[in-house]
Amino acid sequence: MSIAVEPSAGPTTVTQARRERLAGVLQGYGAAIVLVLLAVVGSVAFPTFPTLSNFTNIVTQSSFPLIVAIGMTFVILTGGIDLSVGSVFALGGVLAAYGSSWGGIVGGLLLPLVVCGTVGVVQGFLVAYAKMAPFIVTLAGLLAVRGLVLAVTSGGSNTPLITDPALQALGQSHVAGVNSSVVIAIVGVIVGTVLLTRSRGGQSVLAVGGSESASTYMGLPVARVKFSVYVISGLCAGLAGTLNAAYSSSGVPTVGVGLELSAISAVVIGGTLLVGGRGSLIGTLAGVLLLSVIQNLINQVGSLSSSVQSVVSGVFLAIVVIFQTVLSRTQRL
Amino acid sequence: MTQGTLTFSLPRRGAALAVLQRYGVYIAIAVLLLYNLFFTPNFFALDNFRTQFVQVVPVLIVALGMALVIGTEGIDLSVGGVMALAAAVIPLYIGYGLIPVVILVILVGAFIGLVNGSLVALVGVQPIVATLSLMVAGRGLALLIANGQLKSVTDPGILAVGRGDLAGVPFSVIIAVILVFGVALLVNRTTFGKQLMAVGGSRRAAELSGLPVKRILLLTYVLCSSLAAVAGVIGTARLGASVPSTLGNLIELSAITAVVVGGTPLTGGQVRVIGTVAGALLLQFISATLIKHNVPDAYSQITQAVIILLAVYIQRGRTATK
Repeated sequence: MSIAVEPSAGPTTVTQARRERLAGVLQGYGAAIVLVLLAVVGSVAFPTFPTLSNFTNIVTQSSFPLIVAIGMTFVILTGGIDLSVGSVFALGGVLAAYGSSWGGIVGGLLLPLVVCGTVGVVQGFLVAYAKMAPFIVTLAGLLAVRGLVLAVTSGGSNTPLITDPALQALGQSHVAGVNSSVVIAIVGVIVGTVLLTRSRGGQSVLAVGGSESASTYMGLPVARVKFSVYVISGLCAGLAGTLNAAYSSSGVPTVGVGLELSAISAVVIGGTLLVGGRGSLIGTLAGVLLLSVIQNLINQVGSLSSSVQSVVSGVFLAIVVIFQTVLSRTQRL
Repeated sequence: MTQGTLTFSLPRRGAALAVLQRYGVYIAIAVLLLYNLFFTPNFFALDNFRTQFVQVVPVLIVALGMALVIGTEGIDLSVGGVMALAAAVIPLYIGYGLIPVVILVILVGAFIGLVNGSLVALVGVQPIVATLSLMVAGRGLALLIANGQLKSVTDPGILAVGRGDLAGVPFSVIIAVILVFGVALLVNRTTFGKQLMAVGGSRRAAELSGLPVKRILLLTYVLCSSLAAVAGVIGTARLGASVPSTLGNLIELSAITAVVVGGTPLTGGQVRVIGTVAGALLLQFISATLIKHNVPDAYSQITQAVIILLAVYIQRGRTATK
C-alpha cells in the first residue's frame, strides 16, 4: 500500500507546493501587479496620464492616506480594526492649526500628536486591557473624536488657518521633486517594514495576529502589543492630518469622513489578512497607490462622475477579497 | 480564555451587574424619561412622543435586520447604501403605483443582501469587508442611477406612508410595529430563528449538526437588506424627496449601536428584538433630550460614544462567559 502511494505522493506535493507558493506571491504582490498593469493600460489609453505632473499629483494625494494606512496595517495585523482614523485625521489637522498659532511649528506638531496619541492610548486600553471589541471601541472613537472636532471648531463652522511659516514649509516644501509628505510617508513604510520584519516588537505584532492564545502561551506580552498598535494608529492618523493641514494651510474640521474605509480597503487590497498575522506595508503602499490610480484614471475619462469611482472601488474591493479568500484557502490546504 | 480574563472579571460578577446586563437599557430609558418629566418642559406631550416615534422608525427598522445579522456573528455595513438605492429607484418607477414600487425596492434590497450573503456564506469573506464593498458601491450606484440629483416625490400614496396616520398613529410607526412583531416571531418562534442563533453561537457546531448554514446566512443577509430597503422607502416618504446622496448616511453606526445597547452580543448566538427596539428608542430619547436642552451636536455625538462604550463594557462579562 505505502509503496504504491509514495511515488504518486511525490509529484502531488511538488505541484501543491508550487501552487501554494504561487498563491502566496499573488496574495502578497497582487496589488503591485495590478498597479503596474493598470499604469501601463492607463498610459496607453490616456496621453495625459503618464506625465510627470500627474504622477507627482498621484503620489502627493496618496501620501496622507498612506500614513493613515500604515497605522491601520499594524492594527489589522493584530486582528483588530481602527474605525476612528478619519475623525482623528480631522482632529490632527484642526489641532495643528491651533497649536501652531501659539507655539509655532513645535506647538503645531506637539499638540496634535499628543492628543491623537492619547486617543490611541484610550482606545488601546479599552481593547487590550478592558478586553472590549475593537470594532465597537473605535466606532465610539469615530463618533467621540468627530464630536470633539466639532466642539473645538464651534460646530464645524470655524476653519482655523495655518499661518506659521515653518509648519507651512513642512507641508509644502519639496524634496527631490516630491512633496515632503511623500518623503515622510515612504520613510514611514521603510521604518515600519524594518520594525515588523526585524524587531522583536514587530514579530510580536504578527504573532498576536496569527494566534492570540499561542502568543500568550509563548509568554508574549499580548495586551501590551495590542495596546501599542492603537497608539501607533492614533499617532499615524494625527500626523497625516497635521501634514494634510500644513499642505493646505488650514485645519478643515470636515475632512477625513470615510477615510477609515479607504484605509481599510487599501490595507486589505495590499494583501494583509483581516484576521491578522499576515501582511506587509509594501502591500499597503501598493494598495493605496492602486486606489489613487483608479481614481486618477476615472478622472482622466472626464465624462464619468465621481460616483462611478465609488462603484469601481467597491466592486474592486469585493473582487480582491474574493481572490484573497480563495488564495489563502489554497495555501492552507 | 486567558488567565487575564478570569482574574479581571471574577470579582465583578455581582447581582447588580446581572441586573444591569439584563435590564440596563430599560433602566436607562426610565431614568431618562424621569429626568425629562421634571427638567424638560413640553417633553411629555403627545405631539413630542409622536415626533420621537416617527423619527426613530428608519433606524429601528434597519436595526431589526442588523440584529439578525449580528446574531449570526456578522455585521452589515451596506444598509445605508441600500437605503440610498431605494431612494434612487423610487422616483423612477413611482408612476406604476405605490405597491409595485415598494415591491421593486424590496427586491433591489434583497438582491444586495444576496450579494452580501453570497460573499459571506459561499466565498467565506469576512462580513465587515464583504458589506464594506457594497456600502461604497451601493451609494455610488444610487448616485449614478439618480444622476447625483435630488428629486422631489409627489405621489400621494408614498407621501401617505411618511406623513399619514390611522386614528392618530402614523402609518410609518404602524409598519415598524408590525415588522418588530414579525422579526420577534421569526427569532423566537420559528425553526429559522433557532437555526440563525445556532449558526451565530458556533458555525462549526451548526455545520456538524447538519444545519444548512449557507442557506441560513444567505437568508439572514437578504432579510437585513430588505428591511433596510423598507427603511429607505419610509425615509424617502417622510422627506417627500429622493436624496440618495445623504439618506441613510452613517445609519449603520446608529443601528449597530441600538442593537448592542439593546443587549445583543456582537459575538453572535443571541438576538434581542425587544432590546433592540429599546436601544433605538434610548438613542432617540438621548438625542431629543440633548436637542431640547440646546446641547450642540458635537456633545451629543460624544454622549452617544460614551453610551456605546458603557453598554458594551457592561455586556462584556456576559459575552466572556459564553
